[in-house]
Amino acid sequence: MSESLIRNGVVLDDSFAEAFPMRGTGIVITAVSERWALEAARSFTGFATSVIACGCEAGIDRLLTPEETPDGRPGVMVLLFAMDSASLEKQLATRLGQCILTSPSSACYAGLEAEDQIPLGNAIRYFADGWQVSKKFAGKHYWRMPVMEGEFVCEATTGMTRAAVGGGNMLLLARDADRALAAAEAAVEAIYRVPGAIMPFPGGVVRSGSKIGGKYKGMMASTNDAYCPTLKGMVDTALDPAVGSVLEIVIDGLSDASVAEAMRAGLKAVVELGPEQGALRIGAGNYGGKLGPFHYHLKELAP
Amino acid sequence: MSGLTFTLRAEPEERLDLSPLVPSRLSGSSEREIAALPIGTTKRGLTVGDVFAIMMGEADAIRFDGGSARFDNLGFAMQGGEIRVTGDVGACLGRRMAGGRLVVEGNAGPFAGSGLLGGEVVVGGNAGDRLAGPLGGEMTGMRGGFLHVTGSAGRRAADRMRRGVIVVDGDVGEDAASRMIAGTLLVGGRAADGAGTLMRRGTVIVAGGVSELGPTFLDNGVAQLLALRLMARGYPGIGWIGERLARPMRRFGGDTAALGKGEVFVPAG
Repeated sequence: MSESLIRNGVVLDDSFAEAFPMRGTGIVITAVSERWALEAARSFTGFATSVIACGCEAGIDRLLTPEETPDGRPGVMVLLFAMDSASLEKQLATRLGQCILTSPSSACYAGLEAEDQIPLGNAIRYFADGWQVSKKFAGKHYWRMPVMEGEFVCEATTGMTRAAVGGGNMLLLARDADRALAAAEAAVEAIYRVPGAIMPFPGGVVRSGSKIGGKYKGMMASTNDAYCPTLKGMVDTALDPAVGSVLEIVIDGLSDASVAEAMRAGLKAVVELGPEQGALRIGAGNYGGKLGPFHYHLKELAP
Repeated sequence: MSGLTFTLRAEPEERLDLSPLVPSRLSGSSEREIAALPIGTTKRGLTVGDVFAIMMGEADAIRFDGGSARFDNLGFAMQGGEIRVTGDVGACLGRRMAGGRLVVEGNAGPFAGSGLLGGEVVVGGNAGDRLAGPLGGEMTGMRGGFLHVTGSAGRRAADRMRRGVIVVDGDVGEDAASRMIAGTLLVGGRAADGAGTLMRRGTVIVAGGVSELGPTFLDNGVAQLLALRLMARGYPGIGWIGERLARPMRRFGGDTAALGKGEVFVPAG
């Protein structure tokens, strides 16, 4: 019989998050102001919540000060993940072309140093229709592309890691939806401060966690009925009577360590918030440990 | 252990071919073997030992105490390590050099950095004509690396340049970047007539302005390009670049007598 752990009145299940290997990359988006850097970043990371239907998962890793960016302007570090290299390249090129190239004053640079390189500016330079300019200086390769606003500058390639991990998660079980959201917000805020990890869902939070498959033919995923509070009594529920709402945090990271660190930060924040204002219980999603090679045990990461 | 040092005994009476005196050639050689290397260019058969007093040391850090305008081919095809010269050098400094660092504290003769492939060449004084250019019959000049002249350069700097960056803190002579294929030439001072003549691609930035551009260059107007700012940040050690490149520049596209995809930037207004 497994035993739960209790920290500050919050119950941590004797469970683990099961995560999967992914390909990951990072880019730096800069613009004339933080506002426009964020506009481009939000557009780039839009509709990138789950590889199940979006083809990739992406999110804002952190804001960068002008001192941290290649061109001395405000910037945003964005991370992108996919299940294979080809998908990652395709998603990166498409989103770069539609969301960053188009955004006023933007420029885009490599955000990850790695042996494996994937095309960044190299993938979209032909948009300039022969007027693209290749510039190599100070050990970097850039493309300059004339656009209606002036000129779009983009580094030729960025790094790709094969050691990325997708699917770190925690389930926040609370008395009601307000408390579940408060716990989720606390976790998101803490995880946001961990470099190299993102939460791809809206605001970092999932309210409709899924199980594999469903009763209908062709469904890859369907609602996680065991965690739906309105189905208590109807299904083999994972909820105790006091739980009225559940939210999930999903984490992707550039490495096993970054996901573990993000999980640790999230758990700490939720535990510190306590059961009265936040979660009564913290669980984690897994498939019995047979599908994903990365297991993040809540007890090992607990504060 | 300090570097291998060659101290000039007296001003050489003939031009010297110093191409053997690079780290990859001297590594593992004894003092006797080095002293016997032929560097003369006449039938007299001058050797290293005739011209220099040798103090043995690490071959990847070579130092020449004393220089001369007769020091030709210094750093020829150098692959790595560092060579420093406290004085002038002659023709073809760092020709076909692929890596490492080559520093001349004095002036350099013609064809400095000719056919440069990689690494860094610094000329503390002025450079002669055809900086980084090809020798007769060659199709391309500089093909990579970084070349910095803290003084001025002569005629046809960056001729047929294909890749890499050249920075000249002072002025450049007539026909700078002639027949340029690609790459970047940054000039802190002024460029004499004919800058960019027949350039195909590439970037020439002349912070002090050009005396006259050919009529086959087209005025593209004034712009304050991010790429120039980025470039300035790439060379923080060269103070004038950051200050000058932050100002608006007027872009001229050309040379339309050739492919026409090059650009010459001059200060706006």
